[in-house]
Parts: sequence; structure tokens; C-alpha cells
Amino acid sequence: MKSRLPTTFSAAVLAGLLSSPCISFAADDGGLATLRGAPIQESAPDTSDALKKAIESDPMERDFTLQPPLVSHAIDNYPVTKEFNKCLDCHSWENYRKEKATKISLTHFQDADGKELANVSARRYFCVQCHVPQVDAKPLIANTYQRPSVR
Amino acid sequence: MIQQIIQFGYRFRFILAGAFSAFVLGIVFVVGFNAVMDETNTEEFCISCHEMKDNNYREYQDTLHYANRSGMRATCSDCHVSKEFVPKMIAKVKASMDLYHSVVGTIDTPEKFAARRSELARREWRRMKDNDSRECRNCHDADSFDYGLQGYRSVQQHEEGLLTGQTCIDCHQGIAHRLPAIDQGVGVASPASIPENVFRPQAEK
Repeated sequence: MKSRLPTTFSAAVLAGLLSSPCISFAADDGGLATLRGAPIQESAPDTSDALKKAIESDPMERDFTLQPPLVSHAIDNYPVTKEFNKCLDCHSWENYRKEKATKISLTHFQDADGKELANVSARRYFCVQCHVPQVDAKPLIANTYQRPSVR
Repeated sequence: MIQQIIQFGYRFRFILAGAFSAFVLGIVFVVGFNAVMDETNTEEFCISCHEMKDNNYREYQDTLHYANRSGMRATCSDCHVSKEFVPKMIAKVKASMDLYHSVVGTIDTPEKFAARRSELARREWRRMKDNDSRECRNCHDADSFDYGLQGYRSVQQHEEGLLTGQTCIDCHQGIAHRLPAIDQGVGVASPASIPENVFRPQAEK
């Protein structure tokens, strides 16, 4: 009787562990943790809500040193193609004063060999690779990151 | 009295019959003419050639003038054909040249179309600038702008543009089709690209 008790107990614990969601997910996904709250094989739970509108504001503060400045307006119909870059319409050095827009950083005028150019380097042409608009959305996963007080 | 009218009618019976036929023919002609004008203004007609269907129409489908929240579509003719009679006739006659180009195959591949895009676009911008963007203004009336509902950047631009006598197409190119290559001074400009000061004349200071 005394020897059977631990066995029963551990069996119960094992059953509990196996039926708890986190363990079974880990087993299904080969140990991969998912951020979306559902196993990779299963379709994601529908936690979507209405389309969010881009924030229209004054320039936003940066959250860390050397963060690419965020786009503080909607860019839905602004093409950045090999034919034309709509961003340059306002943010180029030629136009920023008139349009009261932020000018492109001088660091973007350097080509791959470190040579200074008279205008934006072709390798910095696709603005939205780094500069992205923001929407007022609740973070899906909580985090404790805090903006440094001194930047 | 009645006798006289009958006699008069009998004497001029051929002229009266002719006049009546002319009247009926006139009605048939006017109705037929308007039907042809309306038919050649439809989207189905415009994209019945693959030059339009595979190039212009495809890229237009991604724009607000094709689909939007209120479901109001501005189709080809709303922007490219005037509502007024004389400019409308001019547009129709000019468009008849498309029949020739369709047969010859001037722009029947995406590559040929791309090579001509700059020329085609500039012609259309020129037409719209010359008529003060009349076709835009058939729907968009600057007097009806509610500046409270526009973004502050739009307000700035619209007020300044309207004060300095600019017209819609001076800024709003490429809203329903893709733009041709514009030389914005980045990298090596493609040979056919349009200089920026031609594309945005107001940028000259």
C-alpha cells in the first residue's frame, strides 16, 4: 500500500501535465513555442478586429537610440516603385521646406563605397523597409520594455 | 375653310410627307447617335480591346476610383471623356485613332505599353491641365471641400494650390494608373524618365 501511493500520485501528475494545453502544444510542435496562442498545425483563433487606421500625428518620439523615425501618417496610396517614390515628393531636400516635412537624413546620401552623393543613395530608396506607419493597436503579447529616459 | 385646308394639304402632299419623314428620321438619328455615344462610354466597351484590358484596366482596379467604401466608381469615360458636347466629340474622334493602333499593335504588350507610358501620360496630363481638370470637377467640387474632414496636410496643400491657381492634375497624377518613370535624382535615371521639374512644375522655386 505504501509503495503504491507514489506511483498513483506521479501517474495523476503526468495525466495532468499531458492534458494541460502548454505541454500538449509543445508535444505537437516539436517543442516550438507559438506567439499566437494556438498550435502551429491548428488554424489561428479569430482574435482579429476591424482594420486599424494609421495614426496621423506630429513626428513620433523614438523608442531607442538609432531607431528609424516612424511614419506619422497613412501611406496607403503612396507608391514606392522603381518608377516613382512618393515619399520624396515631400521629404526630399528639394521639397521638405515647402511641404514642412522632415528631411531625409544626410546619412542616406552615402553609397555602398562610402562616397557622398548629391541626393539619396539608390540603396536607401525603399523608405518603408525601415520607416513604417503605426496604428493604435493593443500589443498582442504583453512586454515590459520601457523607453530609455535619456536617448 | 376645311375644304381649303384639305386642298392645301393635297397640293403639298409630297412636301408634307417629306417633312414628316425628315422629322421621324431626325428622331431616329438623335436616339441612335446618343445610344452609340453612351455605348462607347461604357467600361465594357473601353476594355473590349486587350490593350486596355491588360494594361490600364488592371492597374486601375487597385485604385480608389475603381473600388471604395461607398461603392461609387469613376469609370474610364468619367475621367477621359468630357460631358460637354464639343469636347466630347473631339475626344471621340481622337479615340477613333485607337482602332488603327489596335490593328497595328502599337501598345499590345506590357513592354510596348511601358515604353509609351510616359508619352501617353503626358498627353493626358496636358489635356487635363488645359481644361482645368474639368472631368475631375464633374464630381470633386472644391467649393464643397469640408476642410474639417480633411487631414491637415491636405488642407494646407489644397488651400495653397487653389490660391495659386493650380489644378487637380498638377499634383494628383497617377491616382488611377501607375506613373511613368520620374527622374527624382536617385541613382541612374532611366532614359525615358520625365524630369521632376516637368512632373511637378510647382517645385521650381
